[in-house]
Amino acid sequence: MAHASSLTRSRRRSAWIFLIPMLAILAVVAGWPLLRTFYFGFTDANLSDLSSYSFIGIENFYAVYDGEAYGLLIDPEWWQAVWNTLFFSVISVSLETALGMVVALVLNQNFRGRGLVRAAVLIPWAIPTIVSARMWNWMLHDQFGIINDMLMKLGILSAPIAWTASPDWAMSAVILVDVWKTTPFMALLILAALQMLPGDCYEAARVDGIHPVRVFFKVTLPLIKPAVMVAVIFRALDALRVFDVIYVLTPNNPQTTTMSVYARQQLVDFQEVGYGSAASTLLFVVIAFCIMAYIMIGRVRLDEGGH
Amino acid sequence: MADVVLKQIRKRFGPIETIHGVDLNIRDGEFCVFVGPSGCGKSTLLRLIAGLEDISDGELRIGGDVVNDTVPKDRGVAMVFQSYALYPHMSVFENMAFGLDLAKHSKDEQNARVMAAAKTLQLEELLDRKPKELSGGQRQRVAIGRAIVRKPRVFLFDEPLSNLDAALRVQMRIELAKLHEKLNTTMIYVTHDQVEAMTMADKIVVLRAGTVEQVGTPLELYHYPANLFVAGFIGSPKMNFISAKITQVSQQSVTLKLESGKEVSLPVDGSGLATADRVTVGIRPEHCSIADQDTALFTGTVEVVEHLGEAGLVYVRTGSDELFVARVAGDTAIKTGETVGIQAAEQDCYVFDTADMAKRRLAVDNAPLKAQMALN
Repeated sequence: MAHASSLTRSRRRSAWIFLIPMLAILAVVAGWPLLRTFYFGFTDANLSDLSSYSFIGIENFYAVYDGEAYGLLIDPEWWQAVWNTLFFSVISVSLETALGMVVALVLNQNFRGRGLVRAAVLIPWAIPTIVSARMWNWMLHDQFGIINDMLMKLGILSAPIAWTASPDWAMSAVILVDVWKTTPFMALLILAALQMLPGDCYEAARVDGIHPVRVFFKVTLPLIKPAVMVAVIFRALDALRVFDVIYVLTPNNPQTTTMSVYARQQLVDFQEVGYGSAASTLLFVVIAFCIMAYIMIGRVRLDEGGH
Repeated sequence: MADVVLKQIRKRFGPIETIHGVDLNIRDGEFCVFVGPSGCGKSTLLRLIAGLEDISDGELRIGGDVVNDTVPKDRGVAMVFQSYALYPHMSVFENMAFGLDLAKHSKDEQNARVMAAAKTLQLEELLDRKPKELSGGQRQRVAIGRAIVRKPRVFLFDEPLSNLDAALRVQMRIELAKLHEKLNTTMIYVTHDQVEAMTMADKIVVLRAGTVEQVGTPLELYHYPANLFVAGFIGSPKMNFISAKITQVSQQSVTLKLESGKEVSLPVDGSGLATADRVTVGIRPEHCSIADQDTALFTGTVEVVEHLGEAGLVYVRTGSDELFVARVAGDTAIKTGETVGIQAAEQDCYVFDTADMAKRRLAVDNAPLKAQMALN
């Protein structure tokens, strides 16, 4: 650094000049609310009067009154929400990756009308979540829903199921809708990776008579793995923060309450800004932990453009 | 080990036919080179033999068996691609072993085969490396090694040297020739470079626009090109063509009048030609010499002189659109702007009729070629 030439120094200076507006805006719209939420987590702030609150240390997380413990860290509903979130994330992201891979492999083949199919596949992803969740809400309706109607006509069901309200089915319904909506996104990212693959390797494999299944596992999969790992990070981040689809599809169902839903409930419904902020902070910690663990276990390299 | 026989092979992509009925007989152990300008169908023909493209019409036999509908694997061919087509995530060893059938070859046999190929190609030190850690020439050797370990009946090479620099290309050319000598397996080699074709081939197939123009040994093509296209394609710098008018014709010689007014008598079979026919005379640059203006075939103004060191190339404007090229001694004193006369021996000239077909030359004197022809 000390030996940087004047040219390097002036380049570095102009880089900072270009970066400053972006950093300033980020600080205002992201940095400040984030720090404020973080701080609220250590106060007794209430939504009815945000002008007066006091610092209470870690009491939102853990406190003992008269020999009885209170706080987020021992709230069974919070831990249920954490479990729900992790369960939802693992199952839905796994299904989306597997299905997305299948769709991408199909879309990577040459067939008539491929362009049309590629565009059509994206429709679920293009519909706003609120709209698609509402749509599925009607389709899964216990009395008037088309799903129950069809399953009963086919003789699979004898009585309608309350898909979104029943404790047994609510999580499945949520995962179904999320998989339906997000598989196209996964497929698109994997398709992009597939199209980067060297075509001549496949011709070499064909001349050598290597079975297509072996080629998939030994050539295709290792080569697209870096791209898939990054795609999974994107999706995992989304899934761990999931809110809208659950809020619309299965409101107030403890079986599907996720960390985000829990935090919003505390913050808005119960007006507990302090407690809700504490939950949001913990949510951040849980997600950060999950992603770090994933990156370390999966040995994902984010710095080498996927390789 | 197998011969490859093509009978009226055709290839259509939709309504467009790109290979128009190719007949070819490649003998067992032969090094056969497909050569031609880009787009002539030489790579397509190779891919048809490999089984990467379906044959639209005709019959392909490898080792006697009709293999039109046989999958590539069962044709017993191995292919080396222009881009090497190595698996980027596998080591050199894995790349070479990957093509071996796990069911058919035990681990020990796989190891033995890969090690043997690595030894032949001097890759032993590199077996643990990934392709990106290798130089272009090393990658090329791995690609060849991958083909060798499969012990194919026929090797197919698709422009394997075109991504290498000039010096390495010469070296690999020699290594490939040695490899062929050692393995003695049928090899089919595609290139656009006539020097590669001339130096390596037992048999050259010259292709143009999906049809075979001529098949022959390198020296046959050089001395007896079948037509104007082959004559122009084989040899570097390419053959010069000048037009002339026949004044006298017989089965032993053709006398013609050049545009310069000079009359010459050439030792070629004139049957099929008639007096007053317009023909094309071909003269290779290496057969030209600079002569006095009154004895020369024609004269012209020097436009460019290229000094190659061992020789000089003199580009002469003779009135026609194309420059006439003469290969002269390296220490030539000829300068741009000079007027020079060009001379060539009668027995070194080629004559092509109005349909661009070559007339048989009668006074070719080339010992190796004579020996070859006596053998056949």
